[in-house]
Amino acid sequence: MSSAPSSGGVLKANRLGLPMAEYKGLDSTLCAGCGHDGITSQIVKAFFEYGVEPYRVAKFSGIGCSSKTPAYFIGNSHGFNAVHGRMPAVATGAMLANRTLLSIGVSGDGDTASIGIGQFVHLLRRNIPLIYIIENNGVYGLTKGQFSATADVGSKLKNGIVNELPPIDCCVLGIELGCSYVARSFAGDPKQLVPLIKGAIAHKGTALLDVISPCVTFNNHEGSTKSFKYAKEHEELLHEIGFVPFFEQIQTDYPEGTVKEVELHDGSHLRMRKLDRDYDPTNKPQALQLIRKSHEDGELLTGLLFYDGEKKDFIEEINMIEEPLATLPDERVRPSEQALNEIMEEFR
Amino acid sequence: MSNATLTARVADAEIGRRPEEIVNDFSIQVATVNGSGSQSANSVLMRSIFLMGVPVSGKNIFPSNIAGLPTWFTIRANKDGYTARRKEVDICIAMNPETAREDVLKARPGAAIIYEESFNLSSLRSDVFFYPVPFAKLAAQATTEPKLRKLLVNMIYVGVASHLLGVGRDEVVAAIQKQFKSKAKAVDLNIKAVDLGIDYARAQLLKKDPFQIQRMNKTADKIIIDGNSAAALGAMFGGCTVVTWYPITPSSSLCETMIEYFSQYRIDPKTGKATFAIVQAEDELAALGMVIGAGWAGARAMTATSGPGLSLMAEFAGLAYFTEIPAVVWDIQRVGPSTGLPTRTSQGDVTAAFYLSHGDTKHIILLPGSVKECFEFAGAALDLAERFQTIVFVLSDLDLGMNNWMSDRFDYPRKPLDRGKVLSKEDLERLGKFERYLDVDGDGIPFRTLPGTPHPLAAYFTRGSGHNERAGYSERPEDYQNLVDRLARKHETAKQFIPKPVIDIQPQASVGIIAYGTTDWAILESRDQLRNEKKIETSYLRLRSLPFTGDVAEFVTRHERVYVVEQNRDGQLADLIRLEVGPHSPRIRKVLHYSGLPIDARTVTEMIAAAETAARKEQ
Ligand SMILES: Cc1ncc(C[n+]2csc(CCOP(=O)(O)OP(=O)(O)O)c2C)c(N)n1
Ligand code: SF4
Ligand SMILES: [Mg+2]
Repeated sequence: MSSAPSSGGVLKANRLGLPMAEYKGLDSTLCAGCGHDGITSQIVKAFFEYGVEPYRVAKFSGIGCSSKTPAYFIGNSHGFNAVHGRMPAVATGAMLANRTLLSIGVSGDGDTASIGIGQFVHLLRRNIPLIYIIENNGVYGLTKGQFSATADVGSKLKNGIVNELPPIDCCVLGIELGCSYVARSFAGDPKQLVPLIKGAIAHKGTALLDVISPCVTFNNHEGSTKSFKYAKEHEELLHEIGFVPFFEQIQTDYPEGTVKEVELHDGSHLRMRKLDRDYDPTNKPQALQLIRKSHEDGELLTGLLFYDGEKKDFIEEINMIEEPLATLPDERVRPSEQALNEIMEEFR
Repeated sequence: MSNATLTARVADAEIGRRPEEIVNDFSIQVATVNGSGSQSANSVLMRSIFLMGVPVSGKNIFPSNIAGLPTWFTIRANKDGYTARRKEVDICIAMNPETAREDVLKARPGAAIIYEESFNLSSLRSDVFFYPVPFAKLAAQATTEPKLRKLLVNMIYVGVASHLLGVGRDEVVAAIQKQFKSKAKAVDLNIKAVDLGIDYARAQLLKKDPFQIQRMNKTADKIIIDGNSAAALGAMFGGCTVVTWYPITPSSSLCETMIEYFSQYRIDPKTGKATFAIVQAEDELAALGMVIGAGWAGARAMTATSGPGLSLMAEFAGLAYFTEIPAVVWDIQRVGPSTGLPTRTSQGDVTAAFYLSHGDTKHIILLPGSVKECFEFAGAALDLAERFQTIVFVLSDLDLGMNNWMSDRFDYPRKPLDRGKVLSKEDLERLGKFERYLDVDGDGIPFRTLPGTPHPLAAYFTRGSGHNERAGYSERPEDYQNLVDRLARKHETAKQFIPKPVIDIQPQASVGIIAYGTTDWAILESRDQLRNEKKIETSYLRLRSLPFTGDVAEFVTRHERVYVVEQNRDGQLADLIRLEVGPHSPRIRKVLHYSGLPIDARTVTEMIAAAETAARKEQ
């Protein structure tokens, strides 16, 4: 371990000795100020500070402005910009082929909650090892600003059209369907987003992050509930969250009852400092109830909403061997001649 | 006086006027209700004939329903090895009251009719031989359990038929043991039921019809298997590692059989863990998406579906084509769309599969014609997909996939798996550079790397149509055109690797036949009929893959008229051949069979003979 991130100064190289630049990708071609670019920066920061080998990372996305972003981070990792709404299947297949990959998928609210809702819910059910980030702006950015299925009732498009249909809350779906790590955040809140992404890296099953990510071009006006202004005014933090990586000493010098910790699969910890309320992210009914209440109150409730450290991921569920299936040698994937003879005998 | 004794009396009087024996050449049709458990009885009857050394095939004509609708199982026994469907029914076992009358009326003159006595069918016709049997009563004697009774009835007709046909009891018993494997109780019970049938037939029925089974030795080294099982085995021995599927008849049994065999033969002995992943996806879009993700990451991945699923896969198929990712899709073709005839066979997806997706796409298609080819092409498809970094379709059909076919044993594959052009960390070290979409070898096939390769040069970004040779994002017209032209070159290279057509040229023949898939079995028989009955010599080209190799055009130019025989309405392959042969396209004639039933030789023979008569008159 060359150097660990210190809380104060700027980190020059991570524990692998790699500079932050190694975690960047191509220059973004999104609109200046787009929320998605903010999220990209936090992904870069989180992967850099955590110290992930770039070659181990596989990046996935569907189609949309948000889905372009995997080209903008960790340039030295394989990336796959798939088709609209179908990234979950592609990522699932890749994880089956090579379970040693660290996979991250970036999607939009249209890509996930509209065209892709079918694959999305099944991804959650399976608990595929994948970080799944929804860059949620309530509209289709790339096709110029139509409503998506996460648009709130009463929110208004630039052209004055008002959405009357109930929004889909992807976090509620995640919690209901067995996703083992569910968080909501805001592109304008790096302090919260970075530890949540790091927690997702340390987690083994699906880690869902629904991140409000304003579209400055089509949905940042008065009357939008996904604008920077609206999100800032309505964000309600569940807790103040910090990430302690497995390679750092845990400090326990905080007063009783003020901090909740969860241990993640690689030995890292998420530390949640109490704010207004007691919140236990492993309590499913409480999580669902609080989210429902936040809708009623018009609040944007952010933080780690739900965590289940016990749940098996899909790869474990189907009892796959440890090595990547992709590179098993012939003799391990082709049964013997004797096996064929035996089988042929059955059909005599 | 019971019907049975009456028949026997009549028969007694007619002894000496028995029609000439017909040995080892007839078809049996068993008409039952689906869900009645007749499947295993029919298998036993078929296998016992097989064990007598006589070539057989078994075809199930079944409804899209779980229970209560009519279903027919046809067994064809043929000493010459013809195993295509035969239109004529020689022996009718009428067990379904709903269809019994129609079944009897459809049987050919001189047929044998074995039926449930209480159906009172004997007055329907006078040109067939009736064998009434009180099945229900006999079963009631054997057991008091109503559920069992239903099952026993099936085995009783096996007993009756085997006695009348001269199938040895030993063979029937062996077939039962095979069917019920280690379940001793079931074996005993079923033998008991068969004996009831045999005893009844011996005591009460007098053989009058001409149909006989006599021992031969034509099945000694053969197996009986369905195409889906063969494909499943082929994929397993072809090193398939990721399988995804969404249930759809007639493809489900392919993946279900994979589950069965993979769990037995593909468990790592050291760790007890699976060297494969089989996933039931949420739909066919996801099934193909997973295959593409797996192929991208280096697995040998496949899925199996039928027409409706193929339609859903269209967008992803184009993605695999443009991003150059290996993927294998088995399409077990059926009649489409939606409800009605989804459980009937068809060759209607040729055009759809060949061009599947949007934009400039065309694919490699394999066309297995036999269960043995299902086995071989399953491995070949995975090899081709990895060699050409593209999506490969294998078009089977319901008849091949779900019915029972006799075959030589499958040969153990000895060729190492072809993993295609994949660069390892060491390769990258040595080469010092990597451009994902560069045609280094001039064959249109670029090199690729797998995610997870621990080398900074390995990474590249995969996206649809807009990329240059370095996999960089590009909307430049030259880059796009360069890409699609190279893809066309790659398609051209594939012609040297895909299974060649099987060609039989008769030097004096002016008539050629082209067919593919299961149609082959009808052609095999039809060519003999054309030669022997109609004095028409034919050459034959059986196509085994697309794109066309030069052989097809050459075959067409060698013959004055070429009949393309297929099981769809519009002659999909014939149209593709017409495009291929350009100026020679007037030589192409279409012979089409598209009722949902497997094609039979007689239909082909009559259609070609009629067309030839007309053509020769014109000359
Ligand atoms: C099958 C298909 N239908 C439609 C489109 C057009 N399309 C491209 S992006 C998009 C919406 C993207 O919205 P979202 O996922 O919210 O991403 P954003 O641009 O807002 O980040 C649509 C409808 C497409 N690419 N593919
Ligand atoms: S259109 Fe909206 S979502 Fe797309 S890049 Fe611009 S600001 Fe971002
Ligand atoms: Mg959006």
